[in-house]
Amino acid sequence: MAAKKELQVSAVENGTVIDHIPADKLFDVINVLGIQSLENTVTFGYNLVSSKLGKKAIIKIWDKFLKDDEVNKLALVAPTAKINIIKDFEVAEKKAVMVPKHVEGIAKCVNPKCITNNQKVRTKFDVVGSSPIVLKCHYCEKLTDQEHIVII
Amino acid sequence: MNKRSLVSITDYSKEEILEVLKIASEFEKNPNCNLLAGKVVASLFFEPSTRTRLSFETAISRMGGRIVGFSDASSSSTTKGESLKDTTKMVDNYCDLIVMRHPLEGAARFASEVASVPVINAGDGANQHPTQTMLDLYSIYKTQGTLENLNIFMVGDLKYGRTVHSLLQAMSHFNPTFHFISPKELEMPQAYKLFLDELHIPYYEHTELDDVINDADILYMTRVQRERFADPLEYEKVKNVYILKNSMLAGTKDTMRILHPLPRVNEIDEDVDDNKKAYYFQQALNGVYTRQAIIFKALDLKW
Repeated sequence: MAAKKELQVSAVENGTVIDHIPADKLFDVINVLGIQSLENTVTFGYNLVSSKLGKKAIIKIWDKFLKDDEVNKLALVAPTAKINIIKDFEVAEKKAVMVPKHVEGIAKCVNPKCITNNQKVRTKFDVVGSSPIVLKCHYCEKLTDQEHIVII
Repeated sequence: MNKRSLVSITDYSKEEILEVLKIASEFEKNPNCNLLAGKVVASLFFEPSTRTRLSFETAISRMGGRIVGFSDASSSSTTKGESLKDTTKMVDNYCDLIVMRHPLEGAARFASEVASVPVINAGDGANQHPTQTMLDLYSIYKTQGTLENLNIFMVGDLKYGRTVHSLLQAMSHFNPTFHFISPKELEMPQAYKLFLDELHIPYYEHTELDDVINDADILYMTRVQRERFADPLEYEKVKNVYILKNSMLAGTKDTMRILHPLPRVNEIDEDVDDNKKAYYFQQALNGVYTRQAIIFKALDLKW
Protein backbone atom coordinates (compact mmCIF):
# COMPACT_ATOMS: atom_id res chain seq x y z
CA MET A 1 0.00 0.00 0.00
CA ALA A 2 1.31 3.41 -0.98
CA ALA A 3 2.11 5.81 1.82
CA LYS A 4 -0.81 8.16 2.49
CA LYS A 5 -0.28 11.89 2.35
CA GLU A 6 -0.23 13.44 5.77
CA LEU A 7 -3.66 14.90 6.50
CA GLN A 8 -3.75 18.59 7.38
CA VAL A 9 -7.08 18.12 9.17
CA SER A 10 -7.89 14.87 10.93
CA ALA A 11 -10.11 12.30 9.25
CA VAL A 12 -13.87 11.83 9.71
CA GLU A 13 -15.37 8.44 10.42
CA ASN A 14 -18.84 9.24 9.10
CA GLY A 15 -19.91 12.58 7.73
CA THR A 16 -19.17 15.19 5.09
CA VAL A 17 -15.97 16.77 3.91
CA ILE A 18 -16.27 20.02 1.97
CA ASP A 19 -12.96 20.50 0.24
CA HIS A 20 -11.51 23.04 -2.19
CA ILE A 21 -13.22 26.03 -0.64
CA PRO A 22 -11.36 29.25 -1.57
CA ALA A 23 -9.78 30.33 1.73
CA ASP A 24 -11.51 33.70 1.77
CA LYS A 25 -14.92 32.02 1.40
CA LEU A 26 -14.64 29.79 4.48
CA PHE A 27 -16.66 32.06 6.73
CA ASP A 28 -19.32 32.58 4.04
CA VAL A 29 -19.69 28.80 3.78
CA ILE A 30 -19.98 28.52 7.56
CA ASN A 31 -22.69 31.17 7.47
CA VAL A 32 -24.79 29.78 4.63
CA LEU A 33 -24.75 26.29 6.06
CA GLY A 34 -25.43 27.51 9.59
CA ILE A 35 -22.49 25.50 10.87
CA GLN A 36 -22.07 27.79 13.89
CA SER A 37 -25.30 26.46 15.34
CA LEU A 38 -24.64 22.73 14.77
CA GLU A 39 -24.18 20.35 17.68
CA ASN A 40 -22.01 18.05 15.56
CA THR A 41 -18.24 17.86 15.78
CA VAL A 42 -16.74 20.11 13.12
CA THR A 43 -13.13 20.73 12.17
CA PHE A 44 -11.84 23.44 9.88
CA GLY A 45 -8.66 23.93 7.97
CA TYR A 46 -7.90 27.47 6.90
CA ASN A 47 -5.18 28.82 4.60
CA LEU A 48 -4.09 25.31 3.63
CA VAL A 49 -1.80 24.97 0.65
CA SER A 50 -3.65 24.08 -2.55
CA SER A 51 -2.11 23.63 -5.97
CA LYS A 52 -5.38 24.73 -7.64
CA LEU A 53 -6.57 27.56 -5.43
CA GLY A 54 -3.37 28.82 -3.83
CA LYS A 55 -4.88 28.91 -0.38
CA LYS A 56 -7.89 26.79 0.38
CA ALA A 57 -10.11 25.90 3.27
CA ILE A 58 -11.69 22.59 4.25
CA ILE A 59 -14.60 21.75 6.53
CA LYS A 60 -15.25 18.33 8.03
CA ILE A 61 -18.55 17.71 9.71
CA TRP A 62 -19.13 14.56 11.71
CA ASP A 63 -22.42 12.67 11.18
CA LYS A 64 -23.98 15.19 8.84
CA PHE A 65 -24.92 14.80 5.19
CA LEU A 66 -25.84 17.89 3.21
CA LYS A 67 -29.34 18.22 1.80
CA ASP A 68 -29.87 19.45 -1.76
CA ASP A 69 -30.83 22.97 -0.73
CA GLU A 70 -27.72 23.18 1.41
CA VAL A 71 -25.63 22.14 -1.57
CA ASN A 72 -27.35 24.91 -3.57
CA LYS A 73 -26.41 27.50 -0.99
CA LEU A 74 -22.86 26.25 -0.95
CA ALA A 75 -22.75 26.56 -4.74
CA LEU A 76 -23.47 30.28 -4.50
CA VAL A 77 -20.54 31.14 -2.29
CA ALA A 78 -18.02 28.46 -3.25
CA PRO A 79 -18.84 26.89 -6.64
CA THR A 80 -15.38 25.28 -6.78
CA ALA A 81 -16.02 23.27 -3.61
CA LYS A 82 -16.10 19.47 -3.70
CA ILE A 83 -18.27 17.45 -1.37
CA ASN A 84 -17.16 14.03 -0.17
CA ILE A 85 -19.52 11.79 1.77
CA ILE A 86 -17.50 9.71 4.20
CA LYS A 87 -18.59 6.32 5.54
CA ASP A 88 -16.17 4.34 7.73
CA PHE A 89 -13.24 6.67 6.95
CA GLU A 90 -13.68 6.03 3.22
CA VAL A 91 -15.08 8.28 0.52
CA ALA A 92 -18.47 6.68 -0.19
CA GLU A 93 -19.69 9.29 -2.63
CA LYS A 94 -18.45 12.46 -4.32
CA LYS A 95 -21.00 15.15 -5.00
CA ALA A 96 -20.49 17.92 -7.49
CA VAL A 97 -21.67 21.31 -6.36
CA MET A 98 -24.48 22.30 -8.74
CA VAL A 99 -25.47 25.91 -9.13
CA PRO A 100 -29.28 26.09 -8.88
CA LYS A 101 -31.53 27.86 -11.44
CA HIS A 102 -33.37 29.92 -8.84
CA VAL A 103 -32.30 31.19 -5.46
CA GLU A 104 -34.66 32.41 -2.76
CA GLY A 105 -33.93 34.11 0.52
CA ILE A 106 -30.21 33.36 0.53
CA ALA A 107 -28.43 36.28 -1.10
CA LYS A 108 -28.83 40.05 -0.98
CA CYS A 109 -29.52 42.12 -4.09
CA VAL A 110 -26.61 44.42 -4.92
CA ASN A 111 -28.94 47.32 -5.84
CA PRO A 112 -29.49 49.66 -2.87
CA LYS A 113 -32.70 50.96 -4.51
CA CYS A 114 -34.18 47.46 -4.81
CA ILE A 115 -37.43 46.91 -2.91
CA THR A 116 -35.82 43.90 -1.16
CA ASN A 117 -33.22 46.17 0.45
CA ASN A 118 -35.79 48.68 1.67
CA GLN A 119 -38.81 46.69 2.79
CA LYS A 120 -39.47 43.26 4.24
CA VAL A 121 -39.43 41.35 0.96
CA ARG A 122 -37.73 37.97 0.63
CA THR A 123 -35.09 38.07 -2.11
CA LYS A 124 -35.54 35.98 -5.26
CA PHE A 125 -33.10 35.54 -8.11
CA ASP A 126 -32.77 33.74 -11.39
CA VAL A 127 -29.27 32.38 -11.86
CA VAL A 128 -28.33 33.70 -15.31
CA GLY A 129 -24.64 32.78 -15.28
CA SER A 130 -22.93 29.88 -13.54
CA SER A 131 -19.22 30.34 -14.05
CA PRO A 132 -18.80 32.91 -12.66
CA ILE A 133 -22.19 33.08 -10.98
CA VAL A 134 -24.50 35.94 -11.98
CA LEU A 135 -27.82 36.46 -10.22
CA LYS A 136 -30.68 38.45 -11.73
CA CYS A 137 -33.04 39.97 -9.21
CA HIS A 138 -36.65 38.87 -9.73
CA TYR A 139 -37.80 42.31 -8.52
CA CYS A 140 -35.46 45.07 -9.72
CA GLU A 141 -33.99 42.98 -12.58
CA LYS A 142 -30.43 44.11 -11.73
CA LEU A 143 -27.52 41.69 -11.93
CA THR A 144 -25.44 40.69 -8.93
CA ASP A 145 -22.13 39.09 -9.89
CA GLN A 146 -20.12 36.53 -7.97
CA GLU A 147 -17.79 38.96 -6.21
CA HIS A 148 -20.73 41.05 -4.95
CA ILE A 149 -22.83 38.18 -3.63
CA VAL A 150 -23.61 38.81 0.02
CA ILE A 151 -25.28 36.01 1.93
CA ILE A 152 -28.11 37.03 4.20
CA MET B 1 -48.05 37.27 -9.89
CA ASN B 2 -51.44 37.41 -11.52
CA LYS B 3 -51.05 36.88 -15.23
CA ARG B 4 -52.70 40.08 -16.43
CA SER B 5 -50.30 42.50 -14.73
CA LEU B 6 -47.81 44.48 -16.80
CA VAL B 7 -44.70 45.08 -14.75
CA SER B 8 -41.86 44.72 -17.22
CA ILE B 9 -41.88 44.97 -21.01
CA THR B 10 -40.59 41.39 -21.07
CA ASP B 11 -43.93 40.26 -19.58
CA TYR B 12 -45.37 40.69 -23.09
CA SER B 13 -44.59 38.24 -25.86
CA LYS B 14 -44.17 39.47 -29.41
CA GLU B 15 -47.78 38.47 -30.13
CA GLU B 16 -49.05 40.35 -27.09
CA ILE B 17 -47.15 43.49 -28.10
CA LEU B 18 -48.78 43.37 -31.54
CA GLU B 19 -52.19 42.64 -30.00
CA VAL B 20 -51.95 45.70 -27.74
CA LEU B 21 -50.80 47.94 -30.60
CA LYS B 22 -53.81 46.81 -32.60
CA ILE B 23 -56.16 47.60 -29.73
CA ALA B 24 -54.44 51.01 -29.33
CA SER B 25 -55.22 51.85 -32.96
CA GLU B 26 -58.88 51.08 -32.26
CA PHE B 27 -58.83 53.52 -29.32
CA GLU B 28 -57.18 56.11 -31.52
CA LYS B 29 -60.11 55.88 -33.94
CA ASN B 30 -62.60 56.04 -31.12
CA PRO B 31 -61.11 57.11 -27.77
CA ASN B 32 -64.34 57.57 -25.84
CA CYS B 33 -66.23 54.55 -24.56
CA ASN B 34 -67.87 53.17 -21.48
CA LEU B 35 -65.86 49.99 -21.10
CA LEU B 36 -64.73 50.95 -17.60
CA ALA B 37 -68.19 51.96 -16.39
CA GLY B 38 -68.64 50.77 -12.82
CA LYS B 39 -64.91 50.06 -12.44
CA VAL B 40 -62.56 51.71 -10.00
CA VAL B 41 -58.90 52.15 -10.84
CA ALA B 42 -56.41 52.95 -8.07
CA SER B 43 -53.73 55.36 -9.19
CA LEU B 44 -50.93 55.05 -6.62
CA PHE B 45 -48.14 57.54 -7.29
CA PHE B 46 -45.58 57.17 -4.51
CA GLU B 47 -43.52 59.80 -6.30
CA PRO B 48 -44.84 62.60 -8.49
CA SER B 49 -44.91 62.09 -12.24
CA THR B 50 -47.45 64.51 -13.63
CA ARG B 51 -47.03 63.53 -17.26
CA THR B 52 -47.54 59.79 -16.71
CA ARG B 53 -50.32 60.26 -14.19
CA LEU B 54 -52.32 62.60 -16.40
CA SER B 55 -51.91 60.25 -19.34
CA PHE B 56 -53.26 57.31 -17.30
CA GLU B 57 -56.05 59.35 -15.79
CA THR B 58 -57.06 60.62 -19.23
CA ALA B 59 -57.08 57.05 -20.53
CA ILE B 60 -59.26 55.87 -17.62
CA SER B 61 -61.62 58.86 -17.87
CA ARG B 62 -62.11 58.39 -21.61
CA MET B 63 -63.12 54.79 -20.89
CA GLY B 64 -65.68 55.88 -18.29
CA GLY B 65 -63.81 54.58 -15.24
CA ARG B 66 -63.42 56.13 -11.79
CA ILE B 67 -60.06 56.92 -10.22
CA VAL B 68 -59.03 56.78 -6.56
CA GLY B 69 -55.52 57.32 -5.28
CA PHE B 70 -52.80 59.82 -4.53
CA SER B 71 -50.26 61.75 -6.57
CA ASP B 72 -47.32 61.66 -4.18
CA ALA B 73 -46.31 59.65 -1.15
CA SER B 74 -46.75 62.52 1.31
CA SER B 75 -50.53 62.18 0.96
CA SER B 76 -50.47 58.41 1.53
CA SER B 77 -49.98 56.47 4.75
CA THR B 78 -46.41 55.69 3.65
CA THR B 79 -45.44 58.74 5.70
CA LYS B 80 -46.78 56.92 8.76
CA GLY B 81 -44.48 54.01 7.98
CA GLU B 82 -46.93 51.71 6.24
CA SER B 83 -45.24 49.08 4.09
CA LEU B 84 -45.89 48.76 0.38
CA LYS B 85 -47.39 45.35 1.10
CA ASP B 86 -49.99 46.76 3.46
CA THR B 87 -50.89 49.72 1.22
CA THR B 88 -51.29 47.37 -1.73
CA LYS B 89 -53.40 44.86 0.23
CA MET B 90 -55.69 47.61 1.45
CA VAL B 91 -56.17 49.21 -1.97
CA ASP B 92 -56.56 45.79 -3.57
CA ASN B 93 -59.82 45.44 -1.63
CA TYR B 94 -61.27 48.58 -3.13
CA CYS B 95 -60.44 48.54 -6.81
CA ASP B 96 -60.38 46.55 -10.06
CA LEU B 97 -56.94 47.61 -11.22
CA ILE B 98 -53.86 49.25 -9.71
CA VAL B 99 -51.62 51.70 -11.57
CA MET B 100 -48.45 52.21 -9.58
CA ARG B 101 -45.48 54.55 -9.70
CA HIS B 102 -42.84 53.95 -7.03
CA PRO B 103 -39.27 55.17 -6.46
CA LEU B 104 -38.02 51.72 -5.39
CA GLU B 105 -37.02 49.26 -8.09
CA GLY B 106 -39.02 46.06 -8.12
CA ALA B 107 -41.91 47.69 -6.23
CA ALA B 108 -44.45 46.96 -8.98
CA ARG B 109 -43.39 43.30 -9.28
CA PHE B 110 -43.79 42.87 -5.55
CA ALA B 111 -47.18 44.62 -5.59
CA SER B 112 -48.34 42.32 -8.41
CA GLU B 113 -47.53 39.34 -6.17
CA VAL B 114 -49.40 40.79 -3.22
CA ALA B 115 -52.48 42.05 -5.08
CA SER B 116 -55.29 39.97 -6.54
CA VAL B 117 -56.17 42.62 -9.13
CA PRO B 118 -53.80 43.36 -12.05
CA VAL B 119 -51.00 45.88 -11.47
CA ILE B 120 -49.74 48.16 -14.21
CA ASN B 121 -46.27 49.52 -13.58
CA ALA B 122 -46.11 53.26 -14.22
CA GLY B 123 -42.39 53.32 -13.44
CA ASP B 124 -40.35 51.71 -10.65
CA GLY B 125 -37.24 53.82 -10.03
CA ALA B 126 -34.70 53.41 -12.80
CA ASN B 127 -35.99 49.93 -13.61
CA GLN B 128 -39.02 49.55 -15.89
CA HIS B 129 -41.65 51.81 -17.42
CA PRO B 130 -43.42 49.43 -19.81
CA THR B 131 -46.29 51.73 -20.79
CA GLN B 132 -43.70 54.25 -22.03
CA THR B 133 -42.12 51.48 -24.07
CA MET B 134 -45.48 50.47 -25.51
CA LEU B 135 -46.25 54.03 -26.55
CA ASP B 136 -42.80 54.24 -28.16
CA LEU B 137 -43.56 51.03 -30.06
CA TYR B 138 -46.96 52.34 -31.09
CA SER B 139 -45.35 55.56 -32.36
CA ILE B 140 -42.81 53.57 -34.36
CA TYR B 141 -45.49 51.26 -35.73
CA LYS B 142 -47.73 54.15 -36.69
CA THR B 143 -45.06 56.21 -38.43
CA GLN B 144 -43.25 53.35 -40.18
CA GLY B 145 -46.21 51.05 -40.85
CA THR B 146 -44.26 48.13 -39.35
CA LEU B 147 -41.91 47.25 -36.52
CA GLU B 148 -39.85 44.86 -38.65
CA ASN B 149 -36.36 45.46 -40.11
CA LEU B 150 -35.93 49.07 -38.95
CA ASN B 151 -32.78 51.10 -38.31
CA ILE B 152 -33.18 52.42 -34.79
CA PHE B 153 -30.78 55.17 -33.68
CA MET B 154 -30.57 55.93 -29.96
CA VAL B 155 -28.88 59.16 -28.88
CA GLY B 156 -27.75 60.65 -25.57
CA ASP B 157 -27.71 58.93 -22.20
CA LEU B 158 -27.75 55.26 -23.09
CA LYS B 159 -26.25 54.17 -19.79
CA TYR B 160 -28.95 55.25 -17.35
CA GLY B 161 -31.87 55.86 -19.70
CA ARG B 162 -34.38 53.16 -18.84
CA THR B 163 -36.54 54.06 -21.86
CA VAL B 164 -33.80 53.06 -24.30
CA HIS B 165 -33.11 49.81 -22.45
CA SER B 166 -36.75 48.72 -22.48
CA LEU B 167 -37.19 49.81 -26.09
CA LEU B 168 -34.12 47.78 -27.03
CA GLN B 169 -35.58 44.69 -25.34
CA ALA B 170 -38.98 45.16 -26.98
CA MET B 171 -37.61 45.86 -30.47
CA SER B 172 -35.42 42.74 -30.27
CA HIS B 173 -38.48 40.74 -31.45
CA PHE B 174 -38.54 42.59 -34.77
CA ASN B 175 -35.16 42.13 -36.45
CA PRO B 176 -33.84 45.67 -35.94
CA THR B 177 -30.42 47.21 -36.55
CA PHE B 178 -29.33 49.49 -33.72
CA HIS B 179 -27.03 52.48 -33.74
CA PHE B 180 -25.96 53.91 -30.39
CA ILE B 181 -24.70 57.50 -30.29
CA SER B 182 -23.40 58.57 -26.90
CA PRO B 183 -20.34 59.86 -25.06
CA LYS B 184 -18.08 57.09 -23.75
CA GLU B 185 -19.23 57.82 -20.18
CA LEU B 186 -22.87 57.14 -21.09
CA GLU B 187 -22.57 54.23 -23.51
CA MET B 188 -25.00 51.33 -23.69
CA PRO B 189 -24.24 48.95 -20.77
CA GLN B 190 -22.43 45.70 -21.51
CA ALA B 191 -25.39 43.60 -20.35
CA TYR B 192 -27.58 44.95 -23.18
CA LYS B 193 -24.86 44.50 -25.77
CA LEU B 194 -24.45 40.88 -24.68
CA PHE B 195 -28.22 40.47 -24.95
CA LEU B 196 -28.05 41.69 -28.58
CA ASP B 197 -25.02 39.50 -29.33
CA GLU B 198 -26.88 36.42 -28.15
CA LEU B 199 -29.78 37.22 -30.47
CA HIS B 200 -27.41 38.09 -33.37
CA ILE B 201 -28.90 41.56 -33.61
CA PRO B 202 -26.42 43.99 -35.21
CA TYR B 203 -25.49 47.22 -33.42
CA TYR B 204 -23.01 49.99 -34.13
CA GLU B 205 -21.61 52.47 -31.64
CA HIS B 206 -20.76 56.07 -32.50
CA THR B 207 -19.58 59.03 -30.48
CA GLU B 208 -20.50 61.73 -33.02
CA LEU B 209 -23.99 62.89 -33.95
CA ASP B 210 -23.38 63.53 -37.66
CA ASP B 211 -24.56 62.30 -41.06
CA VAL B 212 -24.55 58.73 -39.77
CA ILE B 213 -28.22 59.49 -38.93
CA ASN B 214 -29.04 59.58 -42.66
CA ASP B 215 -29.68 55.81 -42.44
CA ALA B 216 -32.14 56.15 -39.57
CA ASP B 217 -35.79 55.16 -39.65
CA ILE B 218 -36.21 56.23 -36.04
CA LEU B 219 -34.04 58.72 -34.17
CA TYR B 220 -34.71 58.22 -30.45
CA MET B 221 -33.33 61.18 -28.52
CA THR B 222 -32.82 61.19 -24.73
CA ARG B 223 -31.89 63.79 -22.19
CA VAL B 224 -28.48 63.81 -20.56
CA GLN B 225 -29.38 64.35 -16.92
CA ARG B 226 -27.18 66.39 -14.65
CA GLU B 227 -27.96 64.21 -11.62
CA ARG B 228 -26.38 61.17 -13.32
CA PHE B 229 -22.91 62.69 -12.97
CA ALA B 230 -20.89 62.47 -9.78
CA ASP B 231 -18.52 65.07 -11.21
CA PRO B 232 -20.26 68.26 -12.44
CA LEU B 233 -17.31 68.93 -14.73
CA GLU B 234 -18.05 65.70 -16.62
CA TYR B 235 -21.63 66.85 -17.15
CA GLU B 236 -20.50 70.23 -18.47
CA LYS B 237 -18.24 68.44 -20.95
CA VAL B 238 -20.94 66.25 -22.48
CA LYS B 239 -24.19 68.18 -22.00
CA ASN B 240 -23.98 70.08 -25.26
CA VAL B 241 -22.42 67.38 -27.40
CA TYR B 242 -25.63 65.92 -28.81
CA ILE B 243 -27.96 68.68 -29.80
CA LEU B 244 -30.13 67.91 -32.78
CA LYS B 245 -30.65 70.89 -35.09
CA ASN B 246 -32.93 71.23 -38.08
CA SER B 247 -29.98 71.66 -40.45
CA MET B 248 -28.75 68.16 -39.53
CA LEU B 249 -31.94 66.58 -40.89
CA ALA B 250 -31.46 67.61 -44.53
CA GLY B 251 -29.99 64.29 -45.64
CA THR B 252 -32.20 62.03 -43.54
CA LYS B 253 -34.88 59.74 -44.94
CA ASP B 254 -38.22 61.31 -45.74
CA THR B 255 -39.96 58.73 -43.57
CA MET B 256 -37.58 59.13 -40.62
CA ARG B 257 -39.20 60.28 -37.38
CA ILE B 258 -37.69 61.76 -34.23
CA LEU B 259 -38.92 60.42 -30.90
CA HIS B 260 -38.17 61.67 -27.39
CA PRO B 261 -39.71 60.44 -24.11
CA LEU B 262 -39.93 64.11 -22.91
CA PRO B 263 -39.33 66.33 -21.06
CA ARG B 264 -36.57 67.68 -23.27
CA VAL B 265 -34.15 70.34 -22.13
CA ASN B 266 -31.95 71.45 -24.99
CA GLU B 267 -31.06 68.21 -26.79
CA ILE B 268 -33.52 68.94 -29.59
CA ASP B 269 -33.30 72.51 -30.81
CA GLU B 270 -36.67 74.22 -31.05
CA ASP B 271 -36.04 74.81 -34.76
CA VAL B 272 -36.69 71.08 -35.23
CA ASP B 273 -40.24 71.31 -33.85
CA ASP B 274 -41.77 72.50 -37.13
CA ASN B 275 -40.05 69.83 -39.20
CA LYS B 276 -42.54 67.08 -40.12
CA LYS B 277 -39.94 64.56 -38.92
CA ALA B 278 -40.42 65.81 -35.35
CA TYR B 279 -42.86 63.39 -33.76
CA TYR B 280 -42.35 63.78 -30.00
CA PHE B 281 -45.54 65.68 -29.26
CA GLN B 282 -47.77 63.22 -31.13
CA GLN B 283 -45.79 60.48 -29.38
CA ALA B 284 -47.06 61.78 -26.02
CA LEU B 285 -50.66 61.70 -27.27
CA ASN B 286 -50.16 58.11 -28.41
CA GLY B 287 -49.52 57.33 -24.74
CA VAL B 288 -53.21 57.77 -23.94
CA TYR B 289 -54.35 55.28 -26.63
CA THR B 290 -51.65 52.82 -25.68
CA ARG B 291 -52.56 52.99 -21.98
CA GLN B 292 -56.23 52.48 -22.87
CA ALA B 293 -55.18 49.35 -24.75
CA ILE B 294 -53.01 48.09 -21.88
CA ILE B 295 -55.90 48.59 -19.42
CA PHE B 296 -58.24 46.83 -21.88
CA LYS B 297 -55.94 43.82 -21.93
CA ALA B 298 -55.20 43.83 -18.18
CA LEU B 299 -58.92 43.70 -17.35
CA ASP B 300 -59.67 41.29 -20.19
CA LEU B 301 -62.34 43.68 -21.53
CA LYS B 302 -64.40 42.96 -24.64
CA TRP B 303 -65.66 45.48 -27.17
